[in-house]
Amino acid sequence: MADAAVVALSPETVLGEMKKNGVTHVVWLPGSETNWLYLLMKAEPSLRLVGVSREGHACSIAAGLSAGGARPLILIQNTGMLESGDSLRGWLLGLNIPVVLMVGYRGWTRHGITQDTAATYTERFLMAFGINYYLVESDADAARITTAFEEVERTQRPVVVLVGDEYHGFNR
Amino acid sequence: MMHTVDMLKAFAPFREDAIVVPGRGGRYWADFSTRPNLDLPLGDPAMGGHAGFALGLALAQPRKRVILFDSEGDILMSLGMLVTIAEQQPANFYHFLIDNGCYATTGGQPVPNADNVAYDVIARGAGYPRAFAFRELDAFADALPEILGKPGPVFVAAKVVPEIENAPIGRRRRWQTRTRDQVVKDLRSELGLGA
Repeated sequence: MADAAVVALSPETVLGEMKKNGVTHVVWLPGSETNWLYLLMKAEPSLRLVGVSREGHACSIAAGLSAGGARPLILIQNTGMLESGDSLRGWLLGLNIPVVLMVGYRGWTRHGITQDTAATYTERFLMAFGINYYLVESDADAARITTAFEEVERTQRPVVVLVGDEYHGFNR
Repeated sequence: MMHTVDMLKAFAPFREDAIVVPGRGGRYWADFSTRPNLDLPLGDPAMGGHAGFALGLALAQPRKRVILFDSEGDILMSLGMLVTIAEQQPANFYHFLIDNGCYATTGGQPVPNADNVAYDVIARGAGYPRAFAFRELDAFADALPEILGKPGPVFVAAKVVPEIENAPIGRRRRWQTRTRDQVVKDLRSELGLGA
Protein backbone atom coordinates (compact mmCIF):
# COMPACT_ATOMS: atom_id res chain seq x y z
CA MET A 1 0.00 0.00 0.00
CA ALA A 2 1.29 3.49 -0.86
CA ASP A 3 2.42 5.87 1.83
CA ALA A 4 -0.51 8.16 2.72
CA ALA A 5 1.81 11.16 3.04
CA VAL A 6 2.97 10.63 -0.52
CA VAL A 7 -0.43 10.22 -2.13
CA ALA A 8 -2.15 13.00 -0.19
CA LEU A 9 -3.35 16.22 -1.72
CA SER A 10 -1.34 18.86 0.08
CA PRO A 11 -2.81 22.19 1.10
CA GLU A 12 0.20 23.97 -0.43
CA THR A 13 -0.67 22.43 -3.78
CA VAL A 14 -4.28 23.55 -3.56
CA LEU A 15 -3.26 27.06 -2.56
CA GLY A 16 -0.82 27.13 -5.46
CA GLU A 17 -3.62 26.21 -7.86
CA MET A 18 -5.80 28.98 -6.45
CA LYS A 19 -3.06 31.58 -6.95
CA LYS A 20 -2.12 30.30 -10.38
CA ASN A 21 -5.73 30.69 -11.51
CA GLY A 22 -6.23 34.17 -10.11
CA VAL A 23 -8.70 33.38 -7.34
CA THR A 24 -9.61 36.56 -5.45
CA HIS A 25 -12.15 35.25 -2.92
CA VAL A 26 -12.68 31.86 -1.32
CA VAL A 27 -16.29 31.44 -0.26
CA TRP A 28 -16.37 28.53 2.09
CA LEU A 29 -17.74 26.69 5.00
CA PRO A 30 -14.90 25.49 7.21
CA GLY A 31 -14.59 21.88 8.21
CA SER A 32 -12.53 20.33 10.93
CA GLU A 33 -10.31 18.67 8.33
CA THR A 34 -9.40 21.89 6.52
CA ASN A 35 -7.62 23.76 9.25
CA TRP A 36 -4.18 23.72 7.69
CA LEU A 37 -5.53 25.01 4.39
CA TYR A 38 -7.42 27.66 6.35
CA LEU A 39 -4.21 28.88 7.97
CA LEU A 40 -2.48 29.02 4.60
CA MET A 41 -5.34 30.87 2.91
CA LYS A 42 -5.61 33.29 5.81
CA ALA A 43 -1.93 34.16 5.47
CA GLU A 44 -2.19 34.67 1.71
CA PRO A 45 -2.62 38.39 0.99
CA SER A 46 -4.10 37.89 -2.47
CA LEU A 47 -7.09 35.96 -1.08
CA ARG A 48 -10.11 37.19 0.82
CA LEU A 49 -11.98 34.56 2.79
CA VAL A 50 -15.76 34.77 2.97
CA GLY A 51 -17.08 32.33 5.52
CA VAL A 52 -20.69 31.18 5.27
CA SER A 53 -22.89 29.30 7.70
CA ARG A 54 -24.77 27.29 5.08
CA GLU A 55 -23.36 26.15 1.77
CA GLY A 56 -26.20 27.49 -0.39
CA HIS A 57 -25.17 30.99 0.65
CA ALA A 58 -21.89 30.44 -1.15
CA CYS A 59 -23.69 30.19 -4.50
CA SER A 60 -25.34 33.61 -4.41
CA ILE A 61 -22.23 35.26 -2.93
CA ALA A 62 -20.06 33.76 -5.66
CA ALA A 63 -22.57 34.89 -8.28
CA GLY A 64 -22.35 38.47 -7.02
CA LEU A 65 -18.58 38.35 -6.85
CA SER A 66 -18.36 37.07 -10.40
CA ALA A 67 -20.88 39.58 -11.74
CA GLY A 68 -18.82 42.31 -10.11
CA GLY A 69 -15.58 41.22 -11.74
CA ALA A 70 -13.94 39.10 -9.04
CA ARG A 71 -12.87 35.46 -9.37
CA PRO A 72 -14.34 33.41 -6.54
CA LEU A 73 -13.76 29.80 -5.59
CA ILE A 74 -16.33 27.87 -3.57
CA LEU A 75 -14.88 25.43 -1.04
CA ILE A 76 -17.45 23.19 0.62
CA GLN A 77 -18.20 19.55 1.43
CA ASN A 78 -20.47 17.27 -0.59
CA THR A 79 -23.09 17.22 2.16
CA GLY A 80 -23.46 20.99 1.82
CA MET A 81 -23.53 20.77 -1.95
CA LEU A 82 -26.43 18.34 -1.74
CA GLU A 83 -28.36 20.83 0.34
CA SER A 84 -27.51 23.71 -1.98
CA GLY A 85 -29.38 22.38 -4.99
CA ASP A 86 -31.78 25.25 -5.56
CA SER A 87 -29.12 27.91 -5.00
CA LEU A 88 -26.82 26.10 -7.38
CA ARG A 89 -29.59 25.95 -9.94
CA GLY A 90 -30.75 29.53 -9.62
CA TRP A 91 -27.61 31.50 -8.83
CA LEU A 92 -24.84 29.58 -10.57
CA LEU A 93 -26.46 27.74 -13.48
CA GLY A 94 -29.22 30.30 -13.96
CA LEU A 95 -26.83 33.25 -14.17
CA ASN A 96 -24.13 31.37 -16.11
CA ILE A 97 -21.53 31.90 -13.41
CA PRO A 98 -18.03 30.64 -14.30
CA VAL A 99 -17.02 29.36 -10.88
CA VAL A 100 -15.07 26.35 -9.66
CA LEU A 101 -16.45 24.52 -6.64
CA MET A 102 -13.96 22.42 -4.70
CA VAL A 103 -16.11 19.87 -2.97
CA GLY A 104 -14.85 17.55 -0.27
CA TYR A 105 -15.91 14.05 -1.28
CA ARG A 106 -16.93 12.74 2.13
CA GLY A 107 -17.24 8.98 2.11
CA TRP A 108 -15.32 8.46 -1.13
CA THR A 109 -13.45 5.20 -1.31
CA ARG A 110 -11.86 3.14 -4.02
CA HIS A 111 -11.96 0.10 -1.83
CA GLY A 112 -14.91 -2.00 -0.76
CA ILE A 113 -18.44 -0.73 -0.32
CA THR A 114 -19.24 2.95 0.16
CA GLN A 115 -20.66 3.26 3.66
CA ASP A 116 -21.54 6.95 3.58
CA THR A 117 -24.62 8.03 1.61
CA ALA A 118 -23.08 11.47 1.17
CA ALA A 119 -20.72 9.77 -1.27
CA THR A 120 -23.44 7.58 -2.73
CA TYR A 121 -25.39 10.56 -4.02
CA THR A 122 -22.61 13.01 -4.87
CA GLU A 123 -21.93 12.07 -8.48
CA ARG A 124 -25.58 11.26 -9.13
CA PHE A 125 -26.44 14.76 -7.96
CA LEU A 126 -23.89 16.36 -10.28
CA MET A 127 -25.10 14.28 -13.21
CA ALA A 128 -28.70 15.28 -12.50
CA PHE A 129 -27.71 18.94 -12.63
CA GLY A 130 -25.56 18.42 -15.70
CA ILE A 131 -22.49 19.79 -13.93
CA ASN A 132 -19.14 18.47 -15.09
CA TYR A 133 -16.65 17.35 -12.46
CA TYR A 134 -13.09 16.19 -11.95
CA LEU A 135 -11.78 13.93 -9.22
CA VAL A 136 -8.61 14.98 -7.44
CA GLU A 137 -7.08 12.54 -4.96
CA SER A 138 -3.44 13.54 -4.69
CA ASP A 139 -0.89 16.14 -5.75
CA ALA A 140 -0.43 14.18 -8.96
CA ASP A 141 -4.02 15.09 -9.94
CA ALA A 142 -3.71 18.78 -9.07
CA ALA A 143 -3.49 19.90 -12.70
CA ARG A 144 -7.16 18.98 -12.99
CA ILE A 145 -7.92 22.00 -10.83
CA THR A 146 -6.49 24.25 -13.53
CA THR A 147 -8.43 22.24 -16.11
CA ALA A 148 -11.60 23.09 -14.18
CA PHE A 149 -10.75 26.80 -14.17
CA GLU A 150 -10.12 26.72 -17.90
CA GLU A 151 -13.42 24.95 -18.44
CA VAL A 152 -15.52 27.44 -16.49
CA GLU A 153 -14.12 30.27 -18.60
CA ARG A 154 -14.79 28.40 -21.80
CA THR A 155 -18.30 27.27 -20.90
CA GLN A 156 -19.43 30.04 -18.52
CA ARG A 157 -20.80 27.39 -16.22
CA PRO A 158 -19.84 26.05 -12.80
CA VAL A 159 -17.51 23.05 -12.67
CA VAL A 160 -16.85 20.88 -9.63
CA VAL A 161 -13.55 19.48 -8.39
CA LEU A 162 -14.26 16.54 -6.11
CA VAL A 163 -11.54 16.22 -3.51
CA GLY A 164 -11.33 12.50 -3.04
CA ASP A 165 -8.62 12.77 -0.44
CA GLU A 166 -11.32 14.00 1.92
CA TYR A 167 -8.84 16.69 2.92
CA HIS A 168 -6.81 14.35 5.06
CA GLY A 169 -3.71 15.86 3.59
CA PHE A 170 -4.75 19.22 5.00
CA ASN A 171 -4.88 17.97 8.53
CA ARG A 172 -1.48 18.12 10.19
CA MET B 1 -47.40 51.53 7.18
CA MET B 2 -45.94 52.60 3.86
CA HIS B 3 -46.36 51.26 0.36
CA THR B 4 -43.38 49.70 -1.36
CA VAL B 5 -43.70 52.03 -4.30
CA ASP B 6 -43.54 55.10 -2.02
CA MET B 7 -40.54 53.71 -0.18
CA LEU B 8 -38.65 53.26 -3.43
CA LYS B 9 -39.77 56.66 -4.67
CA ALA B 10 -38.36 58.27 -1.52
CA PHE B 11 -35.06 56.49 -2.02
CA ALA B 12 -34.68 57.27 -5.72
CA PRO B 13 -33.23 60.82 -5.39
CA PHE B 14 -30.40 59.45 -3.22
CA ARG B 15 -29.36 56.68 -5.60
CA GLU B 16 -26.60 58.55 -7.47
CA ASP B 17 -24.41 55.92 -9.22
CA ALA B 18 -25.02 53.08 -6.80
CA ILE B 19 -25.61 49.52 -7.97
CA VAL B 20 -29.17 48.61 -7.04
CA VAL B 21 -30.43 45.08 -6.44
CA PRO B 22 -34.18 45.74 -6.23
CA GLY B 23 -35.18 42.22 -5.15
CA ARG B 24 -38.92 41.88 -4.84
CA GLY B 25 -39.27 45.63 -5.26
CA GLY B 26 -38.06 45.23 -8.81
CA ARG B 27 -41.45 45.61 -10.44
CA TYR B 28 -41.72 49.14 -9.00
CA TRP B 29 -38.09 50.23 -9.13
CA ALA B 30 -37.97 50.11 -12.92
CA ASP B 31 -40.32 53.12 -13.01
CA PHE B 32 -37.90 55.31 -11.01
CA SER B 33 -34.49 54.16 -12.05
CA THR B 34 -32.38 56.56 -14.02
CA ARG B 35 -29.47 54.11 -14.32
CA PRO B 36 -31.02 50.84 -15.50
CA ASN B 37 -27.66 49.37 -16.45
CA LEU B 38 -26.62 49.63 -12.80
CA ASP B 39 -29.79 47.82 -11.71
CA LEU B 40 -29.98 44.08 -11.19
CA PRO B 41 -33.67 43.20 -11.44
CA LEU B 42 -33.12 39.46 -11.27
CA GLY B 43 -36.56 38.52 -10.03
CA ASP B 44 -36.15 35.38 -7.98
CA PRO B 45 -33.24 33.18 -9.11
CA ALA B 46 -33.49 31.15 -5.89
CA MET B 47 -35.23 32.41 -2.78
CA GLY B 48 -33.04 33.59 0.05
CA GLY B 49 -30.07 34.59 -2.06
CA HIS B 50 -30.44 38.28 -2.79
CA ALA B 51 -28.41 39.32 0.24
CA GLY B 52 -25.56 37.04 -0.74
CA PHE B 53 -25.58 38.24 -4.30
CA ALA B 54 -25.50 41.87 -3.20
CA LEU B 55 -22.72 41.11 -0.72
CA GLY B 56 -20.68 39.55 -3.50
CA LEU B 57 -21.15 42.64 -5.63
CA ALA B 58 -20.15 44.90 -2.75
CA LEU B 59 -16.97 42.92 -2.13
CA ALA B 60 -16.07 42.85 -5.81
CA GLN B 61 -16.76 46.56 -6.29
CA PRO B 62 -15.66 48.22 -3.06
CA ARG B 63 -15.68 51.69 -4.58
CA LYS B 64 -19.35 51.46 -5.65
CA ARG B 65 -22.23 51.66 -3.24
CA VAL B 66 -24.48 48.60 -3.42
CA ILE B 67 -28.12 49.03 -2.41
CA LEU B 68 -30.23 45.95 -1.75
CA PHE B 69 -34.00 45.84 -1.33
CA ASP B 70 -34.44 42.49 0.34
CA SER B 71 -37.62 40.86 1.64
CA GLU B 72 -38.39 39.27 4.98
CA GLY B 73 -39.26 35.98 3.31
CA ASP B 74 -35.82 35.88 1.73
CA ILE B 75 -34.07 36.85 4.94
CA LEU B 76 -35.89 34.23 6.96
CA MET B 77 -34.58 31.60 4.57
CA SER B 78 -30.99 32.63 5.18
CA LEU B 79 -30.61 34.41 8.50
CA GLY B 80 -27.02 33.21 8.67
CA MET B 81 -26.20 35.47 5.75
CA LEU B 82 -26.55 38.44 8.11
CA VAL B 83 -23.64 37.10 10.13
CA THR B 84 -21.48 36.71 7.04
CA ILE B 85 -22.28 40.25 5.91
CA ALA B 86 -21.53 41.63 9.36
CA GLU B 87 -18.21 39.79 9.47
CA GLN B 88 -17.18 41.10 6.06
CA GLN B 89 -18.09 44.68 7.07
CA PRO B 90 -18.57 46.02 3.53
CA ALA B 91 -18.59 49.78 3.97
CA ASN B 92 -20.38 50.19 0.64
CA PHE B 93 -23.31 47.90 1.48
CA TYR B 94 -26.80 49.25 2.30
CA HIS B 95 -29.32 46.56 3.17
CA PHE B 96 -32.97 47.62 3.01
CA LEU B 97 -35.70 45.18 3.99
CA ILE B 98 -39.20 45.34 2.50
CA ASP B 99 -41.27 43.61 5.16
CA ASN B 100 -44.88 42.94 4.14
CA GLY B 101 -45.29 40.14 6.65
CA CYS B 102 -46.38 37.58 4.11
CA TYR B 103 -45.59 35.57 1.01
CA ALA B 104 -47.38 38.00 -1.29
CA THR B 105 -46.68 36.29 -4.57
CA THR B 106 -48.21 33.02 -3.43
CA GLY B 107 -51.44 34.46 -2.11
CA GLY B 108 -50.49 36.30 1.08
CA GLN B 109 -49.90 33.53 3.59
CA PRO B 110 -48.11 35.00 6.64
CA VAL B 111 -44.41 34.39 7.19
CA PRO B 112 -43.71 32.62 10.51
CA ASN B 113 -44.36 34.86 13.49
CA ALA B 114 -44.96 37.74 11.11
CA ASP B 115 -46.22 40.26 13.66
CA ASN B 116 -43.54 39.72 16.27
CA VAL B 117 -40.20 39.71 14.50
CA ALA B 118 -37.81 42.67 14.95
CA TYR B 119 -35.52 42.35 11.96
CA ASP B 120 -33.44 45.37 12.94
CA VAL B 121 -32.73 43.70 16.27
CA ILE B 122 -31.72 40.49 14.52
CA ALA B 123 -29.39 42.45 12.22
CA ARG B 124 -27.82 44.27 15.13
CA GLY B 125 -27.43 41.00 16.98
CA ALA B 126 -25.75 39.50 13.93
CA GLY B 127 -23.18 42.27 14.09
CA TYR B 128 -24.41 45.07 11.82
CA PRO B 129 -23.06 48.24 13.38
CA ARG B 130 -26.16 50.24 12.41
CA ALA B 131 -29.76 49.08 12.08
CA PHE B 132 -33.06 50.93 11.81
CA ALA B 133 -36.76 50.10 11.64
CA PHE B 134 -39.55 52.21 10.16
CA ARG B 135 -43.30 51.87 9.83
CA GLU B 136 -44.14 55.32 8.45
CA LEU B 137 -42.98 56.82 5.19
CA ASP B 138 -42.20 60.28 6.56
CA ALA B 139 -39.83 58.95 9.18
CA PHE B 140 -38.16 56.70 6.63
CA ALA B 141 -37.71 59.52 4.12
CA ASP B 142 -36.38 61.90 6.78
CA ALA B 143 -33.77 59.38 7.91
CA LEU B 144 -32.42 58.52 4.46
CA PRO B 145 -29.73 61.23 4.33
CA GLU B 146 -28.23 60.01 7.58
CA ILE B 147 -28.58 56.34 6.66
CA LEU B 148 -26.88 56.80 3.31
CA GLY B 149 -24.47 59.44 4.50
CA LYS B 150 -22.47 57.07 6.66
CA PRO B 151 -20.55 53.91 5.80
CA GLY B 152 -22.19 50.52 5.76
CA PRO B 153 -23.01 47.88 6.40
CA VAL B 154 -26.34 49.23 7.53
CA PHE B 155 -29.69 47.47 7.85
CA VAL B 156 -33.00 49.26 7.36
CA ALA B 157 -36.25 47.39 7.98
CA ALA B 158 -39.38 48.98 6.54
CA LYS B 159 -42.85 47.64 7.28
CA VAL B 160 -44.95 47.88 4.13
CA VAL B 161 -48.52 47.19 3.10
CA PRO B 162 -48.88 43.71 1.59
CA GLU B 163 -49.77 43.72 -2.07
CA ILE B 164 -50.99 40.21 -2.58
CA GLU B 165 -51.06 38.52 -5.93
CA ASN B 166 -53.58 35.78 -6.48
CA ALA B 167 -53.66 35.66 -10.26
CA PRO B 168 -51.99 32.66 -11.84
CA ILE B 169 -48.36 33.43 -12.52
CA GLY B 170 -48.87 33.23 -16.27
CA ARG B 171 -51.44 36.03 -16.16
CA ARG B 172 -49.40 38.48 -14.11
CA ARG B 173 -47.84 41.59 -15.64
CA ARG B 174 -44.30 40.86 -16.77
CA TRP B 175 -42.17 43.71 -15.49
CA GLN B 176 -38.80 42.27 -16.46
CA THR B 177 -37.69 43.53 -19.84
CA ARG B 178 -34.26 41.85 -19.88
CA THR B 179 -33.16 38.30 -19.28
CA ARG B 180 -31.06 37.68 -16.16
CA ASP B 181 -28.11 36.95 -18.35
CA GLN B 182 -28.53 40.29 -20.12
CA VAL B 183 -28.91 42.13 -16.82
CA VAL B 184 -25.54 40.84 -15.63
CA LYS B 185 -23.92 41.57 -18.98
CA ASP B 186 -25.25 45.14 -18.93
CA LEU B 187 -23.86 45.69 -15.44
CA ARG B 188 -20.45 44.33 -16.38
CA SER B 189 -20.39 46.53 -19.45
CA GLU B 190 -21.37 49.57 -17.38
CA LEU B 191 -18.57 48.78 -14.92
CA GLY B 192 -16.08 48.35 -17.73
CA LEU B 193 -15.61 44.66 -17.06
CA GLY B 194 -16.50 43.37 -20.49
CA ALA B 195 -19.19 40.79 -21.18
